[in-house]
Amino acid sequence: MIGLRVDGLRVVYDGFAAVDGLSFEVAPGESFGIVGESGSGKSTVLRALCGLAPLAGGRIAFTGSGSGSGSGSNMPAEAGSKAWCRQMQMVFQDPYGSLHPRHTVDRLLAEPLAIHGIGQGREREARIERALDEVGLGRGFRFRYPHQLSGGQRQRVAIARALILEPPVLLLDEPTSALDASVQAEVLNLLEALRAQRGLSFVMVSHDLAVVTHLCQRLMVMRRGRAVEMLAAEDLAAQRVQTDYTQQLMQAAAGFVRVGV
Amino acid sequence: MPTAPLLTVEDLRVAYPQRDGGLQEVVRGVSFTLGRERLGIVGESGSGKSQTGRAIMGLTAPGAVVSAKTLRFDGEGGRGIDLLTCPPQQRRALRGGRMAMVLQDPKFSLSPVMRIGAQIEETLRTHLPVSSSVRRARMLQALADVGIEDPARVARLYPHEVSGGMGQRAMIAMMLVAGPELLIADEPTSALDVTVQLQVLGILDKLVRAGSGGQHDGQHDGKREGNGMGLIFISHDLRLVSSFCDRVLVMYAGRVVEEIAAAELHHARHPYTRGLLNCLPQLGAPAHPLPVLQRDEAWSR
Repeated sequence: MIGLRVDGLRVVYDGFAAVDGLSFEVAPGESFGIVGESGSGKSTVLRALCGLAPLAGGRIAFTGSGSGSGSGSNMPAEAGSKAWCRQMQMVFQDPYGSLHPRHTVDRLLAEPLAIHGIGQGREREARIERALDEVGLGRGFRFRYPHQLSGGQRQRVAIARALILEPPVLLLDEPTSALDASVQAEVLNLLEALRAQRGLSFVMVSHDLAVVTHLCQRLMVMRRGRAVEMLAAEDLAAQRVQTDYTQQLMQAAAGFVRVGV
Repeated sequence: MPTAPLLTVEDLRVAYPQRDGGLQEVVRGVSFTLGRERLGIVGESGSGKSQTGRAIMGLTAPGAVVSAKTLRFDGEGGRGIDLLTCPPQQRRALRGGRMAMVLQDPKFSLSPVMRIGAQIEETLRTHLPVSSSVRRARMLQALADVGIEDPARVARLYPHEVSGGMGQRAMIAMMLVAGPELLIADEPTSALDVTVQLQVLGILDKLVRAGSGGQHDGQHDGKREGNGMGLIFISHDLRLVSSFCDRVLVMYAGRVVEEIAAAELHHARHPYTRGLLNCLPQLGAPAHPLPVLQRDEAWSR
């Protein structure tokens, strides 16, 4: 199992610090949540972790290891490098936008294998079929196009694509916010089962406190590129929060309160 | 608060032609009446909730076949208007004037090349014969009504220069400026952050209860007395709707499967409504794994 350590992370776009000196740690096998409103920089953190956003400062390192040597010697160093991506894959928010519309599911899933030079012919096929089975779609879906799938099925394909490289860390950017409530439940259950099976570490971003506390053990509240509060999921569920901002988010999540009637 | 119906819908059907020449019904016999109250319509994607709203507004895509036993709008002035048979001009005069619709995403439903103030004034120009100075005053007042602090500045901005929450407020202002009696809000807060969501709902709440002209009677000519308007709130979010509305219709596969007072939601009887409620993760009540909705063929029959 692999964890993460982030020190003083900074991401700057045109002089604007989207992420401004953020430090946190994800223990091996832990599920870590990031919440905040839009513009708080939560998605940028994920993009920086997997090398999609330019780092203006700070360090990201993998911790724990298969080789058992602490913050490992054989861990990749450069965010976004091929070896780095083997350790960490991302599931994006919108399953309608994150799958190539003119590629079949088979081709979508074969691409990471081709990029990383894993397997050949028959072996690759077996791996694709296995990946589809694992996300509960079944091999019957192999030659379909994204437009022939429902939103939940697409998100399952996106999860299969992220997991086909067997990375120990999975980044989830609002994985269920584009889905209906009943489909959201199915995808959350799938993610939870996969994590238990494979000992994955999750970093999940969401604006929905209930979803984050369902899936994560610990979470960080972000605002304007900085961490406002770190707390355990149980503390949030029991309403033990320290900052006003988190309190505000919690009230908002509880729904609309009618004044007088 | 049951009042004289503002809108009567009986056996509404919307069908779209298929490639094979057949018709597919997406709304299959929806009936309800709306008074000056808040009615929620809840359902998942494809349940026909938005199509119901659009059919009432007369905004169904071309090619669709809309039919109903009754689709009547009884506004002030006594005579009811049959929305299905009335001439297009009359429909056009109603739309944006006496009935209005707030759409989901301000990014796509505001004109990107018009200043916000001009867009709001356009509504007035279309529906009310008032002078340009009155029009401007009404526009600024409408922006102030939706909680915008510096209306004159925001009126000069283009939609891309404002945040999502601000854009949505501008759209609500645009819909309310002519003082509609019926407002249809189709997922008005889904594109917004939770904190902004509540502000927008608070504004809608205030306006619906006061009536769009309620707070400033006498200040503006042409506005009716504020006695509250009818609101249809369309959303996929069962909890949000039940916390905001008086009554909720739950739709599944083009039909209303359950109608329930919002306060009684936890006593919902239909298995679909119950399933929808149960499959949401809840703060402070962990369930692992989450119960999954088991769909039953019989629901869509």
